[in-house]
Order: sequence, then C-alpha cells, then structure tokens
Amino acid sequence: MNSTSVANEANYLKYKGKYKGLLGWIFSTDHKRIGLLYLYSMAIMFSVGVLLGLAMKLELLAPGKTIMEAQTYNATFTVHGVIMIFMVVVPGLPAVFGNFLLPIMIGAKDVAFPKLNLLSWWFYVAGVFLVLSAILFGSGTPDTGWTFYAPYSFKSGTNLLPAIFGAFILGFSSILTGLNFLVTIHRLRCPGLKWTKLPLFVWTLYGTAWIQLLATPVVGITLVLVALERIFGVGVFDPALGGDPILYQHLFWIYSHPAVYIMILPAMGAISEIIPTFSQKHIFGYKAIIASTMAIAFVGYLVWGHHMFTAGMSGTAQYYFSLLTFLVAIPSAIKVFNWISTMYKGSINIQTPFYWAVSFIFVFMIGGLSGLVLGALAANIYVHDTAFVVAHFHYIVFGGTGFAFFAAIHYWFPKIFGRMYDKTWANTGWLIFFIGFVTLYSPMFYLGMMGMPRRYYDYLQEFHGGNILSTIGSWILVTGFVIIIVNLVRSASKGPKAEMNPWHGKTLEWTVPSPPPLENFDEIPVIEENDGPYNYK
Amino acid sequence: MEQAKHVVHDHYDAEASKIGMWLFIFTELLLFGVLFVIYAVYRYINHEAFHLAAEELDSFVGAVNTVILLVSSMTIAMSTTSLQKKNKALTLALAGITLILGVVFLVNKYFEWGAKFDHGIFPGSEYLIENLSQGEILFFGLYFIMTGLHALHIIIGLVLIAVVMRKVYTGKVHAERAALLENSGLYWHLVDIIWIFLFPLFYLIH
Amino acid sequence: MENEKHHIVPYRLYIFVLIALLALTFLSIAITGIELGSLTVAGALAFASVKTFLVLRYFMHLKYDKPYIVAMVIFVFAIFVVTIVVTFLDYLYR
Repeated sequence: MNSTSVANEANYLKYKGKYKGLLGWIFSTDHKRIGLLYLYSMAIMFSVGVLLGLAMKLELLAPGKTIMEAQTYNATFTVHGVIMIFMVVVPGLPAVFGNFLLPIMIGAKDVAFPKLNLLSWWFYVAGVFLVLSAILFGSGTPDTGWTFYAPYSFKSGTNLLPAIFGAFILGFSSILTGLNFLVTIHRLRCPGLKWTKLPLFVWTLYGTAWIQLLATPVVGITLVLVALERIFGVGVFDPALGGDPILYQHLFWIYSHPAVYIMILPAMGAISEIIPTFSQKHIFGYKAIIASTMAIAFVGYLVWGHHMFTAGMSGTAQYYFSLLTFLVAIPSAIKVFNWISTMYKGSINIQTPFYWAVSFIFVFMIGGLSGLVLGALAANIYVHDTAFVVAHFHYIVFGGTGFAFFAAIHYWFPKIFGRMYDKTWANTGWLIFFIGFVTLYSPMFYLGMMGMPRRYYDYLQEFHGGNILSTIGSWILVTGFVIIIVNLVRSASKGPKAEMNPWHGKTLEWTVPSPPPLENFDEIPVIEENDGPYNYK
Repeated sequence: MEQAKHVVHDHYDAEASKIGMWLFIFTELLLFGVLFVIYAVYRYINHEAFHLAAEELDSFVGAVNTVILLVSSMTIAMSTTSLQKKNKALTLALAGITLILGVVFLVNKYFEWGAKFDHGIFPGSEYLIENLSQGEILFFGLYFIMTGLHALHIIIGLVLIAVVMRKVYTGKVHAERAALLENSGLYWHLVDIIWIFLFPLFYLIH
Repeated sequence: MENEKHHIVPYRLYIFVLIALLALTFLSIAITGIELGSLTVAGALAFASVKTFLVLRYFMHLKYDKPYIVAMVIFVFAIFVVTIVVTFLDYLYR
C-alpha cells in the first residue's frame, strides 16, 4: 500500500504504528505525540508543585508552626522550586507547543531529528524520576532551595546527589530540544517561508533555543562540580579549601537568569500569535517584535549578577549589572506596546484565549515593573530576599509563563484534540484563577516592603493580615485551576467536534485538519509572495 | 504500517546533521568554557600558588600528548577526504590510526595520573590538605576535573569513530553519505581544541 | 538535494596545517620557558588561539562552509569572551 495514503488515513491521535496503546505513544517519534507526552507529564508535575505551594501557604496562614516544622518547610520550598523551574516552566511552552506546532507552522512534516526529540522526552522523564527519588529515599529531602547554593549544597546532610543529577539530566533534555528546534528552523522551512515571514512564536522559539543551547551547559557543569565536591571534596567552591562560593553564584545565574528568558520568550511568542488572531489584524511592528525578542535573548544573557547584589560582588560589577538590567526592560516594553497597538482598531473577538492574553499583559507589566525596583541597586538591598522578590518572580514566571501557557492551551486546544471546550466554564475558570492569583501574590509585595523575609516557615505577628489574605488567594486560585483542568480534560474526549480554523487564524497550523494527520500536510505548502502569518483583510 | 513512519525519516540532509553537530559542539565549548572561567578566576586570585603547582606537572608528557592529538586530528580529517575519493581501505586505515593515537593518549594520561596518585596528589587526599596551600589544592582539583572531563570526551570520541568505522566497513557510510564520518571528525577536532588550551594552561605556564 | 557540491580538501593541505600546528606548539613551549612574567600567559594563550583558528578553519572546514555557520561559531566564541569579561568585572575590582 502506498505510504502517503497510510499517513493520511488517520489523524495523529488515532494512527497505529509499530506499537499499540501506551507503547505507541512513548516510543512514537511523531512531534505531535511527543508534545502531548510533555503536556501530560508536565501537567502531573505542575499539579504536584501546586500542592506543595498550597501546603506552604497553609503553613503561613498563622505565625509559628501551623502544619509543618521548619525543616519540612525548607524541603517543601526546595522541591516546589525544583519541580516548577526545572520540570514545568523551563521545558514549558517549547516542549509542549513548540513540539506540537513548530513543524506545522513552518510547513514541515516533523522536526529535523525526530528520534533525538523522543530521546529528549526520555531524558525529561529520567530527570523527573531521579529528582523524585531524592525526595522519597535516602537521608532526607533536599533543603537547599532550588538554587543549590554552595557551600550549603555540599554541607547539607540531605539526599542531594540524585536531585543534582536529575537537574543535570533535565538540562540535557532542554539542550537537545533547543538543538533540534534550531536545526529544524534553519533547514525545514517550506518553500517561500522566508525568515521575515515566520510566525512570531517560531521566532521566539528560535531565540529561546539559542539560550537553551548556550546557557544550559553552564549550569550542567556547575552542578557536576557540586556533585564532585560532595563526593571527593575537590575544593572548587569550598571556602575552607580556597574555593569561592560567590563564583558558584556567578556560574549558577549565568544559566538561571537566561533561564528566565527561556521561560518568558515563548510565552511572549504565544501571546503574539493570539492577539492578532482575536483582533483580526496584522500584528503591529512585526520586525520590532523580532528585534526585541533577539535583544531580550542576548542582553538577558549578560545580566545574571542582579541576583547577587548582596552577595559581596565588587561595586563595579554591581553598577554594570544594574545598568544592563534596566536595558532589558526596553525590549520587553516594546512588546507590550506592540500588543496593545495590535488591538487598537482591530475587530476584537473576546474569547477565552483572549482573556488569558490580556490578563497576561496585565500581570506581566506588574511583574516587570517590580523587576525594575529590584534592578535598582539601592532598592534591591532593601527588599533583597524578602517576600517582595517572591511576589515579583511569581508575577513574571507564573503570571507570565503560566498565564501564557493557559492562553496557549485554550487557543490551540481545538487544533490539538479536534474538539472544543465549554467556553462558559473556561471563562469562569479564568476569572476565578485571575482573582485568586492577584489575591495570592499582591499582598506579598506589601509584606516584602515591610520586611518579611522569604524562605521562613514563621513570621512576626504584624505580618499576619497580609498572609491570611495571601493564603485565601491560594485557595481561590486552586479552585479556578481545578475548574480549568476538569473542563479541558472532559472536553478532550467529550467536547463538540472543532472546525479546522475556529478562530480564523492565518498561520499554517490552521490550514490542516483538527486534529492534524500523522504527517501534517498532504503536500508541503508553498508560501506565495503575498501570504503572511498575519495578513488579515 | 511501518512505511508511514519511514516517509518522515528517510531524508538525508547532510547540512542539517552538520549544523546539529556544530550546535552540540557549542554546548561542549561552553561546558569547558565554564571550567576555563573557574581556572581564570582562581589563577587570578592565587597567582603564586598556581605558578608553583604547575611545576609539578611534566611538560614533556604534556607535549607528547599534544603531538599525538594534533596528528590524530589530521588523520581523521584526511579520512573524510579519502572517503570522498572513494578509497575505503585508506579511510579505514586513517580512522584506525586516529583510534590508536587516541588510545595512546589515554595510556599516557593513565600513567600521568597514576604517578600523581602515588605522590598522594588526588582530590580530597590528606597529603594535599596538610602540605599544600589552598591555591595549589585548587590547581590540582581543576587539573583532575578538566583533564578527567577531557579524557571522558576522548573516550566518547573513540567510541564514535569506532562506530563510524564499522559503518564505513559495511558500506552504510560512503562517499555520498559521508556526514557521519565528517561529524565524528568535527567532534574529534573539538576534543583537540580543548586540549590546545589545556596544555599551556596546566603544563606550560609556570 | 544539495549535497553534491562538496569540497574535497587535498591531503597536502592537511599536512601543511599539521606542520604549522606542531611548529606553533614547540614555539609556545620555547617561549613559555623564558621568564616573561605576566606576558607568559598572554603569549601562551595567543599561540593557543592561533592553533585553534587553524583547526577551526582547515580541519573543521569552516573555510569551505556557508557564512552563517562561520557567523554562529564567531558568535559563540564572542559570547564566551564576554562572559569572562563580565565575570572579571567582579574579581578585578573587588
């Protein structure tokens, strides 16, 4: 039988390959199935992380011990951090939507190295299990915080080695995904799809992939050094043997600050797709958005020191890092202006993804502006390591990446599953989630300004009011989260069949059936001179 | 039903593989780059101690290993040329020489490390901590980490070359499909470049 | 596919490059043998950089590759150098 006809008999959810059932998924090299594998594994890890966060908030409901001891609290925020950073937001949008959409958006049948792509997911799973083994077995759950700061990371008696090794493997998975995407974007664009016609989501994936590729090895080797330190006592970061713990912080943040841009750039890309579609208007400043994406990726690589203003760096370095940090704000602001300008005089179609996108802009702006407070040297010393910082990065990472992720899942859901969700429940879920989010994190800005430090299970009586509000916020947020998840899970199998192009988008994924067939396209599309990802009439 | 998957995979794009290998090499460069940053910082802080400690290393052995790696780099580069000229026997011979030279490098390294261990110089040893200054401990710590990681890369490179030789032998890698050999060569040259910097920084500067 | 236009590098060129690399190696050994103070480090690194350039350009075929691959390599080396410089903004002025 002819192979192309086989490919198009069934959509990617249905087709039968060499293996059946679950094996047909975990050994599939189809980029769409791999994207869903990531979606499911990340959804599980995200739920675990949310539960841990909920537990921390419950502990902070009242001063003193509420539900856990200090050591348990330390372990809880460590595991919450490791899960949320390394297993959820860093793979984040690229692993799920990048995998699913990148080849379709550029008119290709798959990524450049499909087997490597599957290997990335296997590395991801291996990393997850290693970290989980550190929690469940051995001499106690890691309690260093997700940053594994030296020298505590090799003095702590807890079971850190598997966690460190797990983070290393997760990094490997991230590198391979980035490598794959870069080669795919360079080599597999369909005829006529010039660089200046790429959808912005693809552009942000391109920038992200470069950061994944160039920053992740830095943390990889640094974590290996910490492991060697624990095993052999080499002395590289051990002040007792002449090592410099601040050098560890440098190396750690050389990765982990760009990692923030790994999280946020694809989020911005998804928003840049959603806003033109629901405004039915060409994106405002296409090239400015590309330029700002690349500027963020590049400058973001060179500002790591703003995490270390109180660590004991030289004054010169502090000035430099503070200045560059302010510079990163410019391209981020450019994007916000472009999104708002895209909506201006557009025919706006208010749907769930649009709600998420607009609330993304709102929380991202608050997160970004509070970032400037932290980037200013004097203010930073005042609020360093307080709840203010926690509020800031949750507004950026959860409010930014998280909201964009929900926007993306509601936007591409009909394409991915071929079914539509219940819009009323989706909107209700969004509203409750948004109210919960603001209630949860806004008080922490205030608490931080008043001097409540982060990473303590206890606080002074005067911070009680704000903490109660924040904890109540966490309950509202989780209520919204449950509604969203139940609605999506139910609709994936029971929702009404979705059309090919329910939102009237112009990018290539809307030209293939929902859900897409195994090899995406019957024939590789050709982009004409007048076509473009945002050419609305 | 198997054919369905084949359509996706059955395209040979030498340039894609080449970029893929280059991108991977970039990650390796940064991996070692971090170690060079650490070396630079500690050398700057412990100038005198690094000076002293470097004299412990035998620059003759280092020089021999440098020559070995440079020659092996040339032979693996030549093997691509001979494959393109459709001379299978010469390709295998040149890759084989690379393989042997790589093993000789590792044997040298083994004896070099062994001698250090005999003198009580290894990470975490009592001799180091009691008799040497902090800067010297750092020097030897970095020496073992960096040459050790480099040796690990030599081993990976050797395995890669061995696999390619097998594929050249069975005819899966040939003049029209030379990407695998070229990319293994690229990887081997990367290992060479790392050594080009390791050699002066540890053996020569004292 | 565009795999045909492959440049075949002659053996002779590789031998020349190897001779140059070996000569540079022995030169750097000789130079670092002389006491030059802090110039020793700079000298040794300069020789290593020239050698790396030769390996990249000839052994790794960058001379015959498309410009964008060359640009990527330069970019990565530049990023690395900038990272070192920025790190030293801390250590030089502490």
